[in-house]
Amino acid sequence: MERLILFVFQNRAFFTFLVLELFCAWLIVENNAYQGSKFFNSSNGVVATMNAFSQSVRDYFMLSEVNRTLAEENALLKKKVTQQRGQLFPPQSVITDSSFVNQYDFVSAKVVNNHVDMMKNFITIDKGRDAGVEAGMAVISPLGVVGKVKLVSEHYGVVTSILHVDVMVSGVLKRTEHFGTIRWDGVNPDLVDFKYIPPHVHPVVGDTVNTSGYNAIFPDGVMIGVIDQVELKKDALFYDIKVRLSQDFRKLSFVTIVKNHRHVEQDSLEQVIQKLER
Amino acid sequence: MSRLSILQIISFFIYLLYQVLILQNVVLFHTAFCFLYIAYLLLLPVETNPLTLMGIGFIMGLAVDMFYDSVGLHAFACIMIMYLRNYWLNNLTPQGGYDSGDSPSLSLNGLQWFTVYAAPLVLIHHAALFFAEAGGFSMFWFTLWKIITSTLFTLLVILIAQFLFPSRRLR
Repeated sequence: MERLILFVFQNRAFFTFLVLELFCAWLIVENNAYQGSKFFNSSNGVVATMNAFSQSVRDYFMLSEVNRTLAEENALLKKKVTQQRGQLFPPQSVITDSSFVNQYDFVSAKVVNNHVDMMKNFITIDKGRDAGVEAGMAVISPLGVVGKVKLVSEHYGVVTSILHVDVMVSGVLKRTEHFGTIRWDGVNPDLVDFKYIPPHVHPVVGDTVNTSGYNAIFPDGVMIGVIDQVELKKDALFYDIKVRLSQDFRKLSFVTIVKNHRHVEQDSLEQVIQKLER
Repeated sequence: MSRLSILQIISFFIYLLYQVLILQNVVLFHTAFCFLYIAYLLLLPVETNPLTLMGIGFIMGLAVDMFYDSVGLHAFACIMIMYLRNYWLNNLTPQGGYDSGDSPSLSLNGLQWFTVYAAPLVLIHHAALFFAEAGGFSMFWFTLWKIITSTLFTLLVILIAQFLFPSRRLR
């Protein structure tokens, strides 16, 4: 025993090295899990405040871009409002169901930290628990899908970006209404893979890909991007499709968090079915 | 507390803040990252004992991790180079050995010696970092390309920083 202790003491540098590395490896693995580590992340107050300061400097260089997007979105919304007005007041056919109208709530947030060059990218936003944001909510921007809230602190939140190699989003080919899965391959932050589209479908370059609304997180019909490359290898079961994201993630500056009031309901219903099937 | 360690603590924060506020936004062609903060770890005095080195590496790594939202990655890579650093320094002992309080910097032994000292450590740091980040060797060539470009970029910036702010011998 004494010799063992002596041995450990003599090699204390090596053993400290081993312990610290194992601790770090545990942290890395823990962080990869869905909920992630609670403490050492950028929703921490001090870190987030400093990131917010750094982002406020960067914002000045993006002002014109942000203005343009906002103006475009305004125009689009105005168009939609006029269209809806036409539909809402046809003679006596309106059914006003409050649960239908208020399925989604939207909270606007500012991006305080953003990465696109890692394999697993996260975005920090300046809305947290006090604004009603919870883990698992969808995050979109005026131009397209952004990601999913991973964890929240009191005033800040961390969002798992679509540019994260483990994130999968259900997408639908708008023209033909075929479903597939969107997943990033970790290389180019402009392009994501659109998987599991069978060969009898004929996607063409320029087709729009939207969210499908099948996973109860994203509302359906939020734009993801436009098909950039289509390839069907010989004897392959599915197409290799690259989709160009409609939101340039390097220019992300304001996002919208989507609260689905019926998320829990839909999820619990689907789980009941899954249990029955088993 | 001596004047030396106070200076060390101040420069710890300077390197950290410079990394997370400025260099975090500098990524060339989506592949070449600059992790200048490891220059702080490389330039710690020669006779620092390995336990202290690893402790400082761990704290620095974890602090950077909090900003990059990559818990443990930077800490992992930093501890690795901090463990190897003293063995590597012993191999590179110049004629006449090191004086106490020497920092293994450019001004100590010149450009060639410093490059030989820093390059492998930077390479190891980046290799550990990017392979751990990719979660294995599934994207080997792309990760390797990232490692090589980032190593060159970081090394270049470290050298430039050394020329711009030559460290005087602190006694």
